[in-house]
Amino acid sequence: MGAPGAEAAEREMPGGNGYVGRALKRKEDPRLITGRATYVDDMVLPGMLHAAIVRSPEAHARIASIDVSAAAERPGIEAVFTGADLDGVAAPCPMVWAPPGVEVHVPDHWPLAKGKVGYVGQAVAVVLGDDKYAVVDAAEQVLVDYEPLPVVVDPEAALRDDAPVIHDQFGTNKVFEWSLAGGDLDAAFAEADVVMERRVVNHRTAGAAIEPRGALAEWREGRLTLRSSTQIPHIARVILSIQLGLSEERIRVIAPEVGGGFGSKLQVYGEEVLVAWCARRTGRPVKWTATRSDDMATTHHGRDQIDYVRIGATREGRLTGIHARVIQDCGAYHLIEGPVIPTFTSCVISGVYDFAAVRTDVIGVFTNKFTTDAIRGAGRPEATHLIEVCIDQLADELGIDRLELRRRNFIRDFPNERPHGFVYDSGDYDGTLDRCLELLDLDGFRREQEELRNDPVHPVYRGVGFSTYVEICGLGPSRALGPDGWGMQGGYFESAQVRVLPTGSVMVYTGTSPHGQGLETSFAQIVADRLGLAPDAVEVIHGDTDSGPFGKDTYGSRSLSVGGEAIARAAQKVQEKAKRIVAHKLEAAPEDIEVSDGAFRVKGSPEQAMSLAEVATEAYIPADLPDGMEAGLDELSFYDPDNFVWPFGAHACVTEVDPETGRVEIVRWIAVDDCGPAINPKLIDGQVHGGAVHAIGQALYERIAYDDDGQLVTGTFVDYGLPTAAEVPSFETARTETPSPTNSLGVKGVGEAATIAATPAIVNSVIDALRPLGVTYLDMPLTPERVWDAIQEARR
Amino acid sequence: MSTRVPIRLSVNGREHELEVEPRLLLVHLLRDRLGLTGTHVGCDTSNCGACTVHLDGEAVKSCTVLAVQADGAEVTTIEGLAAAGDGLHPLQAAFWEDHALQCGYCTPGMIMAAADLLARNPDPSEEEIRSGLEGNLCRCTGYHNIVRAVRDAAAELRAARAGAPTPEVV
Amino acid sequence: MIPPEFDYAAPDTLDGALQALADGGEEAKPLAGGHSLLPLMKLRLAAPTLLVDLRRVPGLRGAERENGSWRIGALTRHADLQSRAELGVIGETTALIADQQVRNRGTIGGSLAHGDPASDLPTVLLAAEGTVTVRGPGGIRELAAADLFRDYLTTAIAPGEIVTEVRMPALEGWGHAYEKFSRRAEDWAMVGVCALVRRAPDGSCADVRVGLTNMGATPLRASAVERSLRGGPLDREAIARAAEQAAEGTDPPGDLNATPDYKRHLARVLTRRALQRAAEA
Repeated sequence: MGAPGAEAAEREMPGGNGYVGRALKRKEDPRLITGRATYVDDMVLPGMLHAAIVRSPEAHARIASIDVSAAAERPGIEAVFTGADLDGVAAPCPMVWAPPGVEVHVPDHWPLAKGKVGYVGQAVAVVLGDDKYAVVDAAEQVLVDYEPLPVVVDPEAALRDDAPVIHDQFGTNKVFEWSLAGGDLDAAFAEADVVMERRVVNHRTAGAAIEPRGALAEWREGRLTLRSSTQIPHIARVILSIQLGLSEERIRVIAPEVGGGFGSKLQVYGEEVLVAWCARRTGRPVKWTATRSDDMATTHHGRDQIDYVRIGATREGRLTGIHARVIQDCGAYHLIEGPVIPTFTSCVISGVYDFAAVRTDVIGVFTNKFTTDAIRGAGRPEATHLIEVCIDQLADELGIDRLELRRRNFIRDFPNERPHGFVYDSGDYDGTLDRCLELLDLDGFRREQEELRNDPVHPVYRGVGFSTYVEICGLGPSRALGPDGWGMQGGYFESAQVRVLPTGSVMVYTGTSPHGQGLETSFAQIVADRLGLAPDAVEVIHGDTDSGPFGKDTYGSRSLSVGGEAIARAAQKVQEKAKRIVAHKLEAAPEDIEVSDGAFRVKGSPEQAMSLAEVATEAYIPADLPDGMEAGLDELSFYDPDNFVWPFGAHACVTEVDPETGRVEIVRWIAVDDCGPAINPKLIDGQVHGGAVHAIGQALYERIAYDDDGQLVTGTFVDYGLPTAAEVPSFETARTETPSPTNSLGVKGVGEAATIAATPAIVNSVIDALRPLGVTYLDMPLTPERVWDAIQEARR
Repeated sequence: MSTRVPIRLSVNGREHELEVEPRLLLVHLLRDRLGLTGTHVGCDTSNCGACTVHLDGEAVKSCTVLAVQADGAEVTTIEGLAAAGDGLHPLQAAFWEDHALQCGYCTPGMIMAAADLLARNPDPSEEEIRSGLEGNLCRCTGYHNIVRAVRDAAAELRAARAGAPTPEVV
Repeated sequence: MIPPEFDYAAPDTLDGALQALADGGEEAKPLAGGHSLLPLMKLRLAAPTLLVDLRRVPGLRGAERENGSWRIGALTRHADLQSRAELGVIGETTALIADQQVRNRGTIGGSLAHGDPASDLPTVLLAAEGTVTVRGPGGIRELAAADLFRDYLTTAIAPGEIVTEVRMPALEGWGHAYEKFSRRAEDWAMVGVCALVRRAPDGSCADVRVGLTNMGATPLRASAVERSLRGGPLDREAIARAAEQAAEGTDPPGDLNATPDYKRHLARVLTRRALQRAAEA
């Protein structure tokens, strides 16, 4: 029972025998299952101050005055600061997207508000003290005098001429306008027999990682160390350098154990800058942890698009063109990259279909709400939702079977260049759909559906909905994404360093920053295979900017396809050097050395071998190395991909709807996903389960709602309904493996894929269930009342 | 300043005597005063269950219990779940085997809640496990593997009970 | 997350608790399981200056059958009552409250004293026509459910009084059902219905009680439904007709999850379902 026996077995197992592909238990888990992992709030430093933040209860207001005296005088309170005190914060929170030729309005967003507030929860003052309870008491004593201003929360209302303007300096609530098109859309619609129009709402949600945000800052000998619950320690260091006016080498950012991110910690928040500034100012370490209420209000939200869609098709069901006009609610201020997120909708606006012409127009809008930015899928769930829902709608309008319409338009030749320039690397959309249908038994379902519906005593309404998807991830090719391309002010390579230690074990430094993905295990598997070790002898280090090369962190399902590839390349360099050393020692040619059965062996004479440990001895006691070879066994790789990677799949969701109450229950979920060959299949399944439940949450339960006064109505876990185990089914999962030509591992990402796939499957399923009652369309969230209303409406 | 209250409680088998503010939450006593940071805080409305510990043998949300209410009680946290000297509790081993955790933040609370569930119902169906864990939120795993791990641990615990006498498990 | 400061006492007798409450004044509150009060205090929506913890007071736990009633100590936890078939509708309903961790702390006395119309037990007490016994400086009072719940989070329990016991009619031979419609399993009811039905020997409805959760500022009796059924047949049609009147006289407040109209609709549907189940039991 328990771990020790299993560990021992794996240590004995020789390397080079295909760890890649095996469902190994995770190396991360022992510390996590015993409560010995260290998250930010677990850390205590001597002399540490706790911070409590005073937040605006107003959605839009001028700050007339702030009186901190009562708070500052309380025992144990070290200091109270407001926006006016923040000298030494050199710059407001930067927004790193600057698309060539497009004007984006970026209002100054400071860690503490200066002069006015634009959203409920905006930080206005910070209280520092010895005791974490006392600072909360003191924060209540800070008196802020607000002069309310008119509030606008509806993005379409905010675009009207009569709307109150949130940022006077721009004279408009429009943030930006941006387009991407390809092919001749006018011709496509002209040739269509049907041009179907829909308005699709993809509502605002939260990341809601179970660990709230937190940061701990410490100044020591002129260097700042910031420990933060972040997905992006490397990027954060750059941003902090800009905001604090501090040279980069004086900053160290550490992501300790991070309790989930889902995009919401792909961010540099004002509080992180604030604790750093406070630590410098007071000379003491400063720790801040968000309450859940803080977190709901001021950890960036996601989605919040209104999509006006037009799709053209011939009578025979050939799709000709698609046009999406996207209205993106940006909130009142930006943080790192919110406005770029809806532009990612354009990347896969084609979906898995061979549209000849595509166009996406995006308008970003200011409203008096918190910032929207990347949440799992970041623009692609919105694209997939609108396409997959509209495909079903179109099929019904054309009188063509919904799956048949899809098949008639699947892209089948790869690599495939889409009209707007993106190249899908590989795919087999028929393959995943076929497998999905095999598992589902659609005919059987249709029979059962009819029987249940026709029951004379107790009719039951079940439906099946599909989503055939492709997504774009593995950020990414820097030329395409960078300043002259998409407009991101950064590169998207990934770095890796593989260091063999003198006694033959290995340390791997990755520039990615995992927070639950299991990369300590999968990366170890990749290196183990290449160097003839067991994964147990490979230690993967991440999340500390002081160790390893500069990286680009974890988001956008990039860690394996970009980070893993970088590691594979670095390991390959080590392998090559090791082979030259072995060849030299065993008097063979380097090309005759192979890694097999736990060692470097001469092909044909496997008993002539050296273990990695023996190679390391040679490398680090370099008495007899090949001429010209440096000592050491430590290699670096920076990998910038040529293309994104494009995972794909087919999901089927069976729901049962109670027409009397509108309640939706998920009866069955089938997920067939293709992210290329598996490094560790268990980890893939986990991402599919979690990703699908994330989407189920949005489709049925979760909603960030503000009222007309800009008050956040869903500000706690009472009202923001994350699904529990009782609300979701078990999953039937399968995979196909279509390698990507983009990287040597052939892998694609999977962290966001199921979230991207899933919401339309649910909506389509419920519409399928309720079609007989006359319901033809539904927007999320499918709350019982909304579904019931639709049924009543259809009856009228 | 309210009057401090002396309390005495046993945590993971160790006796502690402390003076606490009445408003000190049990979760903060465990984390901040006793350094047992395996128990986590995930919300402020008693929903998420990340703070679940055992109080006198039953699962409670330690964020909604005052430390003073635990005076005289026995508390078990994730750090004390496996009996001393043993490697892992069957639930911990099953969570590891079945990949029932990703970021790990909800995991201690989830395991403690599952232990209580299995003490009440040693052979739960999938549905009973799902509703039995309704007080614990996970954002990473989608619960699928958690349910499997609880079933596997349940089988292991039943087998152990049926076979040799086992070390004390909750 | 952090409650405001307060003083604390944990007396070991009921008299001691009463004295502590009296000494503490208006802003002193008794503390049972704390799962209604502490969440409010953590959000700083309540700030009592003194909490008098009842956990050391003996004699306030357990469920005993006495004549036609169950006498349940006020500090009896939901976990000690859940799913116990002999406790009828109380056993059924306590199993539906929140989640197991909450049930391991929350008490019947605490829940009833809190007086939240969205809680399940107040409705059950009202439908079953139970009583609570309170002790105070003025002595002992028994409060009938119909008199207990005055307004939203407001009961007839006076400051300084402590609930010691709950009496629930055993309702032998009655069928019972509690229908709880909530967003997620652990949530409060959007609407809940408690149905209690006694069949006459000829199968007709000898008596019926219907209670509504979250349809007003207090739990409510669906009297129109009761009048419609009492003395008449208990077939599906009669139940359906009666249930149509479930929302009569109600003015439910809308909230994030449900508009007033939808709540009225749910009340009708759930009443029908609860009555059906109770009638078949």
